Amino acid sequence: MTGESARQTVVITNPQGFHMRPMAAFVEAAKRFPCSVTVTRAGMAPANGQSILSLMGLVAVQGTELVIEATGDRAAEALQALLLVLQRTYDEEQEPER
Amino acid sequence: MRMSEFIIRKAVSANLAGVQKEAVIREMVENIRLAGYFKGNEEDVVKAILKRELLSSTGIGDGVAIPHAKHASVDRLVGTVAVSTKGVPFDSVDNDPVYVLVMLVSPQERPSDHLRALEGVSRCLKDREFVQSLRKAGSPQEIWDLICKHDRGA
Repeated sequence: MTGESARQTVVITNPQGFHMRPMAAFVEAAKRFPCSVTVTRAGMAPANGQSILSLMGLVAVQGTELVIEATGDRAAEALQALLLVLQRTYDEEQEPER
Repeated sequence: MRMSEFIIRKAVSANLAGVQKEAVIREMVENIRLAGYFKGNEEDVVKAILKRELLSSTGIGDGVAIPHAKHASVDRLVGTVAVSTKGVPFDSVDNDPVYVLVMLVSPQERPSDHLRALEGVSRCLKDREFVQSLRKAGSPQEIWDLICKHDRGA
């Protein structure tokens, strides 16, 4: 693992917040890369981006700012993949249930 | 949000009868209905949860699943816990059967409650010893006591 590191701050725009489906997709993407990934919400310990149980601790509602950081081989590439996951809307879940 | 704040004590099951995904989801929804927490048709809730499972399984690995849905038949977020001693195929991320299930049903417009409940669930499920104890629990009362004990310590 090299010392390469890439970081970006994102704001959760999804009205449902950072919920389980994007979390699962995030973890899946994070595991594809040989680097470590952390997701940090201000004032909280960093969550492990490769563990959905860890991400579930974030309680990132719409508007929450999160710092995504990848460290190690292919960190920049990993960060881009993770940002793509967070940009998806996952709105098929928002259809009203009757 | 602590698990004991939204888990319906009377809906907890220590020994699911079903051995298939749909059957255990149905069983857990029925347990919540029997406890008196749905104002609508529980079949709609079953359908909503199954529909969510089709998008991607809520089997998160290590024998745990968190089936859930938003549905108008509840006024507040409710949940239940169930244990399968046999294990249930759940299309989990690690392909292993699930033994511990936490179900959440939340009102349509309360995404923050849902996320706060997930936080409470994660706090418990991250504790492997807690999960092992749940799997060995012999009765709903024992499961409830484990949840309350964990919440007090958290």
